[in-house]
Amino acid sequence: MRIAGKGHIDRTKPLRFRFDGVEYTGFQGDTLASALLANGVKLVGRSFKYHRPRGFLTAGSEEPNGMVEVVDGNHHTPNVRATMQELYDGLTARSQNRFPSLKFDVLGVNDLLSPFLSAGFYYKTFTWPRAFWEKLYEPVIRRAAGLGTLVAQHDEAAYEKAFAFCDLLVIGSGPTGLMAALTAARAGADVILAEEDAHPGGRLLSDGGQVGGQAASDWVAGVLAELKALPNVRIMSRTTVTGVYDDGTYSALERVGLHLAPRTDLPRECFWRITAKRAVLAAGALERPVVFPGNDRPGILLASALRAYLNRWGVVPGKRITLIANNDGAREVARQVMAAGVKVAAILDTRENASAVEDCPVYLGARITATKGRLGLHSIEVAHKGGKLTIETDCLAMSGGWNPTVHITCHLNGRPVWRDDIAGFVPAPNAVPGLIPAGACAGDFSTAAALAKGAAAAVDSLAVMGIAATAPDLPSAEDAPYAIEAFWQTPGATGRQWLDFANDVTTKDVALSAQENFRSVEHMKRYTTQGMAPDQGKNSNVAALAVLADVTGRAIPETGTTTFRPPFVPTSIGAMGAGGKAQGFAPQRLLTSDQASRDRGAPMIEAGLWYRPSYFPKPGEKTWQESCNREVRMVRTAVGVADVSTLGKIDIQGKDAARFLDFVYTNTFSTLPVGKVRYGLMLREDGMVLDDGTTARLGEHHYLMTTTTAAAGLVMRHLDFVHQAFCAGWDVRFVSVTESWAQFAIAGPRARALLATMLDRTPDLPFMGVTDVVLGSVKARLFRISFSGEEGYEIAVPTRYGEALFRDLLARAETLGGGPYGMEALNVLRIEKGFITHAEIHGRVTAYDIGMEKMVSAKKDCIGKAAATRPGLIGAERQQLVGLRAQAPITAGAHLFRAGDRVHRETDQGYVTSVCWSDTLNCWLALAFLENGRARHGESIRLVDHLRDIDVICEVADPVFFDKEGAKLRA
Amino acid sequence: MPELIAKTALGGPVPLLLAATELAEAPILPMTSVAPYPGREEQVNAALKPLGVAFPVPNSQSAKGDVRLIWTGRDQAFLIGAPAPEGLAEHAALTDQADGWARLTLTGPQAEAALARLVPIDLRANSFPIGSTTRAPLGHMSMILSRISENGFEIMIFRSTARTAWHEIGDALEHLHARASAL
Repeated sequence: MRIAGKGHIDRTKPLRFRFDGVEYTGFQGDTLASALLANGVKLVGRSFKYHRPRGFLTAGSEEPNGMVEVVDGNHHTPNVRATMQELYDGLTARSQNRFPSLKFDVLGVNDLLSPFLSAGFYYKTFTWPRAFWEKLYEPVIRRAAGLGTLVAQHDEAAYEKAFAFCDLLVIGSGPTGLMAALTAARAGADVILAEEDAHPGGRLLSDGGQVGGQAASDWVAGVLAELKALPNVRIMSRTTVTGVYDDGTYSALERVGLHLAPRTDLPRECFWRITAKRAVLAAGALERPVVFPGNDRPGILLASALRAYLNRWGVVPGKRITLIANNDGAREVARQVMAAGVKVAAILDTRENASAVEDCPVYLGARITATKGRLGLHSIEVAHKGGKLTIETDCLAMSGGWNPTVHITCHLNGRPVWRDDIAGFVPAPNAVPGLIPAGACAGDFSTAAALAKGAAAAVDSLAVMGIAATAPDLPSAEDAPYAIEAFWQTPGATGRQWLDFANDVTTKDVALSAQENFRSVEHMKRYTTQGMAPDQGKNSNVAALAVLADVTGRAIPETGTTTFRPPFVPTSIGAMGAGGKAQGFAPQRLLTSDQASRDRGAPMIEAGLWYRPSYFPKPGEKTWQESCNREVRMVRTAVGVADVSTLGKIDIQGKDAARFLDFVYTNTFSTLPVGKVRYGLMLREDGMVLDDGTTARLGEHHYLMTTTTAAAGLVMRHLDFVHQAFCAGWDVRFVSVTESWAQFAIAGPRARALLATMLDRTPDLPFMGVTDVVLGSVKARLFRISFSGEEGYEIAVPTRYGEALFRDLLARAETLGGGPYGMEALNVLRIEKGFITHAEIHGRVTAYDIGMEKMVSAKKDCIGKAAATRPGLIGAERQQLVGLRAQAPITAGAHLFRAGDRVHRETDQGYVTSVCWSDTLNCWLALAFLENGRARHGESIRLVDHLRDIDVICEVADPVFFDKEGAKLRA
Repeated sequence: MPELIAKTALGGPVPLLLAATELAEAPILPMTSVAPYPGREEQVNAALKPLGVAFPVPNSQSAKGDVRLIWTGRDQAFLIGAPAPEGLAEHAALTDQADGWARLTLTGPQAEAALARLVPIDLRANSFPIGSTTRAPLGHMSMILSRISENGFEIMIFRSTARTAWHEIGDALEHLHARASAL
């Protein structure tokens, strides 16, 4: 119910929303949780395993029970914590893990069967027959136990990723964080203040009370106003710092659009990577539940949550409130509730010697022995110092003490340190280099201490950066002692006492774990699944290990903690992978001929990020093979044009350019005459082939190297490495010009005729020659090289003219009976000619394997030469490049076997790298690697492809099938 | 042979204006890679003198009027806005780069924020002031980035990746625009 005059909601702005089909009204500023509680809805979920009815336990991101699905059209987002979901008009949510409804859930029968469903039950029970686990048991169990459901559609919503940098990152904006930010901001440091909540202020907003003689929320507003006015401060609200990484890098998740009705252009979330010189952790503390039988009923929540609902949203989720606590903090909650005009039935204090003076009954040494009310609490059984009683109550608030939020201080392997005086863990000193935990997260729980420690942490952080800062005058604030007496579970009680609400783990499960010798805290966690739910044990870790310590007869520090790992809150994959969906996965590199190719209906295929035309279909052609056959025929009989700009081009200059090339290539380039081109082979240092290509000598000290498309970047890196590591002093400089030139292959018997139509003077260019030409007024380069086996030229123009030249070349080719050809035809042409690509030089072959050992010059040294002579890299046992001919379809990736051998790994003789149907030779052709292959031309070999059910006898042949003498390309 | 028509990478699209920030394609300018040979720094600077620029230290540029010499890598800078001066070729490898790069400009109050969605380096004005130049990733692309005004950047990417870059920067601007209107 709402309390008049309380809370920071805007009562002039009512918002309609639906939960499980029922329409309710809340206000601007509500969360889904506060609005549901205001409407009297206490039952919001069913537990994971036993399908126990559950209500809200907390008011924050650690909520284990109140998880819902938020519905948006055909989509929904599961496991949304209703405590974090801000209300917007039209919000639609539904409960999860129940059938058919929250109030009547068939699988609630699990709860009755709970004596049988102890920890480890499934793994012990469903062990036979083995095959049934995956097919039957697991699906059934998964259906019965669970959280929200996934949508079987792509998430089309927008997400963001972003980077931020600052001097000081302040994590959390309670009293500690605000004071740290203010101190650093006034000193002029670049500050990022990250706050998980929509509104900065932390517990100053939820606790009420006074700071500096004014309402805490007013003090917060004043500080925020000052911070917002400073240009060096960035306040990031709705942003949870989720992890700590090396060198002051922090991950954070911002809820950008989740508090609004969905929009397609507004990101839902943004995944931040924040690099900070220093950081102050002001993450506060999380309250612990009290462990007693039946402590999980709807209506039982944390005292801090009750306080937050009252002060922030003006909601009290009951009419007769009871509190149970082991510290002084809950007293103030009771007083605030009474001041709001709500009845407090009793304060149950587990301590024997606490004060009993309050405006309501106080029972000392109190224990709750049972609770009643299946769908909502209505009474509790209490034993105390003076006897027993039953209390009628519809809302029970618990405070079992506070756990400092140490989580992210453990992300770099720091182990928190136990402090007996506060019965909690605090961060280990210097657990994260450059990060100072301050305030409640370091065990200082009073507001006054938080303000002082926040300021001091900022001063210390800035001092390291050489920025002198002074702490502002500290406002007066609450400074009450904590006075906790640890109370971990209710002794001697019957009935289940819940530790982990989200995963349905009880004190008995922990005892069973220890009994079955899973005594290490890490083993206990896995055995019971305690701490493995979406809340990651935030509500249960310390209590669970206290129980484990008790049953194993150890102290808590000895028992240790499990490891906190990132992320601090559940983080959607969509946010982490923002921008990476579909085409965002990788950049597209587009040729100048791209549009012209697409205009002709060419399907594009990706090769090393480039998009290249696969083939150019003509009317009447039904398959790619028909188009490909035509294009091959066209090149063999007339002329074809292909965009080959994707090949890597590296401009190499300097007096030592020739020497450098001799060093990186196996063959010699210093002897290459100016105006000529030579094929070159490049090895890695380990002697394997790195790449091949042609290099032209444009001048005495000027070369132009061509690499394959796929290895362009690799070769550039290799050249850089060789230059910097082995010959840094040489007079050689190189730079990529891949993108500077658009280059087109013109191949076929009519290639020269085509050129004659466009050049004033047809140069008499010999095979492997290069010359400058002029097209109109554009300076161009003409190479006579061939990757097709036909008379071939490549003409290169500055890229800005690429599209114009391509369209012009196509028009000219078509008048000569030619046209464009795509990658498929290009592949057939080169296989027929036995030219290799990276299908063959795939990184595991030597020059010897591909029959090019003679290209490794004996007269000079080169990279990879020594390693290539290692034993085992030369000889008959090597798989050597061969050609294969077949009369039936064959496939790349198939393996080769001797006819008659059993087909298995040991008898494998080699494998196929490239395959095509050759219309020219009327058979299937392949390039393959075959053991001792060069000596076996003419043999029959069995080709087996298990994946595609292919088993064909092939003839081993020379890899050059077509025009072996090269008469055509030298014509 | 008819005159070939020159085209920029994106063909000069209408600038994209979102979140008060403009993304535009800049025209092709003369651009030459200048890579001094070992030990020729003095001669290179002497040859550059008529242009009023000097070989820049890493992550910076030297500029006079419309002529800029921007650092692009080890022993390498790009001379933009003017042809290489007489005599420079003796002391440095010169390579035409004008056609290899698409140049985009991003100008406006959200320029830095848009780049913060794609570039993993610190672009705050005090870390990356006017006149700074760096090579950095733009998403998965390779970029040469310069700050050309208080809230303006020049983005140079491989010509072939211009469309992806335009699209990704456009997405970032669209998100910022949506954020501004969602407050």
